[in-house]
Amino acid sequence: MRPRQKRRLAGAALVVLVVSGASALVLNAFSENLMYFYAPSDLAAGEAPDGRIIRLGGLVEQGSVQQAAKGVRVRFRVTDTAHSIPVVYDGLLPDLFREGQGVVTHGRLGSDGVFRAQRVLARHDENYMAPEVAEALESAGHRTPDSQRAY
Amino acid sequence: MIPQLGQFALILALLMALVQGILPLLGAQWGRRTWMDTAHTAVAGQFLFLLTAWGALTWAFISHDFSLEYVARQSNTALPLLYRISAVWGGHEGSLLLWTLMLAGWSLAVSRFSGGLPPVLTARTLGVLGLVSAGILSFTLFTSSPFTTLFPVPANGRDLNPLLQDPGLAIHPPMLYMGYVGLAVPYAIAMAALIGGRLDAAWARWTRPWATTAWAFLGAGIALGSWWAYYTLGWGGWWFWDPVENASLMPWLVATALIHSLAVTEKRGAFRSWTVLLAILAFALSLLGTFLVRSGVLVSVHAFATDPARGVYILALLLLVTGLSFALYAWRAPQVHGHAAYHAISREGALLANNVLLVVAMAAVLLGTLYPLFMDALGLGKLSVGPPYFDRVFAPLMLPLILLTGMAPLLRWKRSPPGELTRRTWHTLLAALAGGVVLPLAAMGSTTLMVSLGVGLGLWILLTAARDLYTRLARAGGPREALRRLPAGYWGMTLSHLGFALLVMGITLLSTFEQERDVRMAVGDRADLAGYTFQLRDIRPVEGPNWDATEAHVRVLRDGAPVADLYPQRRVYRVQRRPMAEAAFHTRLTRDLFVALGEPMAGDTWALRLHHNPFQVWLWIGTTLIVAGGLVAAADRRYRVFARRTANAQHRGEVS
Repeated sequence: MRPRQKRRLAGAALVVLVVSGASALVLNAFSENLMYFYAPSDLAAGEAPDGRIIRLGGLVEQGSVQQAAKGVRVRFRVTDTAHSIPVVYDGLLPDLFREGQGVVTHGRLGSDGVFRAQRVLARHDENYMAPEVAEALESAGHRTPDSQRAY
Repeated sequence: MIPQLGQFALILALLMALVQGILPLLGAQWGRRTWMDTAHTAVAGQFLFLLTAWGALTWAFISHDFSLEYVARQSNTALPLLYRISAVWGGHEGSLLLWTLMLAGWSLAVSRFSGGLPPVLTARTLGVLGLVSAGILSFTLFTSSPFTTLFPVPANGRDLNPLLQDPGLAIHPPMLYMGYVGLAVPYAIAMAALIGGRLDAAWARWTRPWATTAWAFLGAGIALGSWWAYYTLGWGGWWFWDPVENASLMPWLVATALIHSLAVTEKRGAFRSWTVLLAILAFALSLLGTFLVRSGVLVSVHAFATDPARGVYILALLLLVTGLSFALYAWRAPQVHGHAAYHAISREGALLANNVLLVVAMAAVLLGTLYPLFMDALGLGKLSVGPPYFDRVFAPLMLPLILLTGMAPLLRWKRSPPGELTRRTWHTLLAALAGGVVLPLAAMGSTTLMVSLGVGLGLWILLTAARDLYTRLARAGGPREALRRLPAGYWGMTLSHLGFALLVMGITLLSTFEQERDVRMAVGDRADLAGYTFQLRDIRPVEGPNWDATEAHVRVLRDGAPVADLYPQRRVYRVQRRPMAEAAFHTRLTRDLFVALGEPMAGDTWALRLHHNPFQVWLWIGTTLIVAGGLVAAADRRYRVFARRTANAQHRGEVS
């Protein structure tokens, strides 16, 4: 083989090696870390997979937020106006978490029907609502108020 | 009056951009020198008009001109002056104006410092920049002008998003945009060279300082954004693999590959078409970043201003730019192919591996960022890719890159005898890996395989760079002599690599050993974390210019002795009635203590978040060094000497 061919071959081998290694990493990590979005009605219909981390989004139900007597545990219900799901979370709620406002939580649904949240995200802008939440509300027959339209 | 002036200046700037985008390109094609020279005038005019528009908008903010819809939305009479000025780029319209102003500024710099270049290349470069500018300016004017007026004029404005009322965020977007927009320059030079069909070492040498400067600004912008997220969002984290963060990381990864590949093209004439491809890709990813942030297609904690119609325009612009560029590339690249023989184990080989790793890492990030969008667009369900995906793919790809970072500067061009390399470095590698085991054990009391690898490879970069520096100092005959004789490019590279080493070690230790705890405390309560005791001593109200806050006094003790007094706040901004946590820190070289105040709970108690972040400050030191290295390297004398020499040569040519 001439040196140039050899160099080309080495270059190609390197690219193949790195790309296949990366693909293996990606395939391995990808499926495990895909988080599907569910609305409360989906969970009520028993559509959620067992034991997987999912995202649950909707509105924080009015009057549902309860703090524990000790510690930072908090319980609330997430609703899409058709169904609501109880959520329990240990930790500080985001600054913009409020009753009646949009919220997205990451976590797992327990066999007791209680959603154990690992992370709670509230909107970061007065006019912003996560598109999935808006859609979930709409499909449950609730009109998104004008004030929550994206600016 | 002022708003109309601004709008008018914006229209004139668009006209100038069109002139700059059309005449010089045609002139270069048909060999008309006068047409080509209009580029310089058009660039200066465009910059002047955009500066006028910018000044008009800034004045509208300073003077509380709420007849402008944008000002009424982003400002308030109680907003402090600094934030009234930074509010100019706090929203979509103003940030676009900033984008175009910076593009005009970069173009002006190209026009002023292009003395040494063939006029045809300069004309084409400025022409391409003019076309890009015309695209963004028409977008600004037709879909999102900051000078839209409002009637009736409101008595007061709706105030700036409290998250943006922060010194870090006042400078984060300008830095980031300097980088994003700066990548247009290497792109334009590459396009110009492709049109002319000449890609030689001179082209690479002329591109290098521009690419390196843009890369440094982009890095500074990303680091400032991360820093801002760390202390403003109150989450105690510094990187979330949020789509908007990814949008800025991807062009940075490609730009990193680009500045390394340019080195090979300049010194050895190899990788030519690959370098051009990287220049196109880096700018395309900059535009993609703008698209992702500005269109609202993302489910992101960051998506501030969103509007699908604008997204469609930017997407069209993105497709047009990348489509045309890749078409030109496909047509011309075979002609500019360079041949330079090199062995697999050589500096070229190592830099090739660096490029492959960086681009593959970018592709992995791109996949994780865009996959949810595709799934959503195809109606296959709403999903998102969790941060663990990025961690698990990114870290293993970075390990060989770090190994190469330490090794490549020791390799020779063309061919490095493998025996020589192993003989010179095996004890350094061994010492570094041993340090990787010992250091975490000494500092944190335990270690894992990944921690030892991360710290060890960071040390490997430090040790090899130090040894290389030592040999060169000895050869140059003392530090003072070396400072004069060693090129700025070498100092820049060494600084950036040292910064990278600190960054790697900091990230490794931080991500493994950080501890956090959410607690509920009444005044007088104590909580323990990582050997420190946090005591809540007092809660009291405080008042700011446009907010009211509750402030906690937390005393941190270690073994009974006071370490620090921290005062985290929970602010409520008066106009938007939004609560926001303002965290408090105590920083030392080996750790940060972080306290954020949450909401009040029943029984006069408060929720607090406590963090112990080992080696957090190493991230900021590391990124500062990386950026500083880029700026030092870009200032290398030989780029200027080269420009002067070619200018002189040309001058002589014209005379004789």
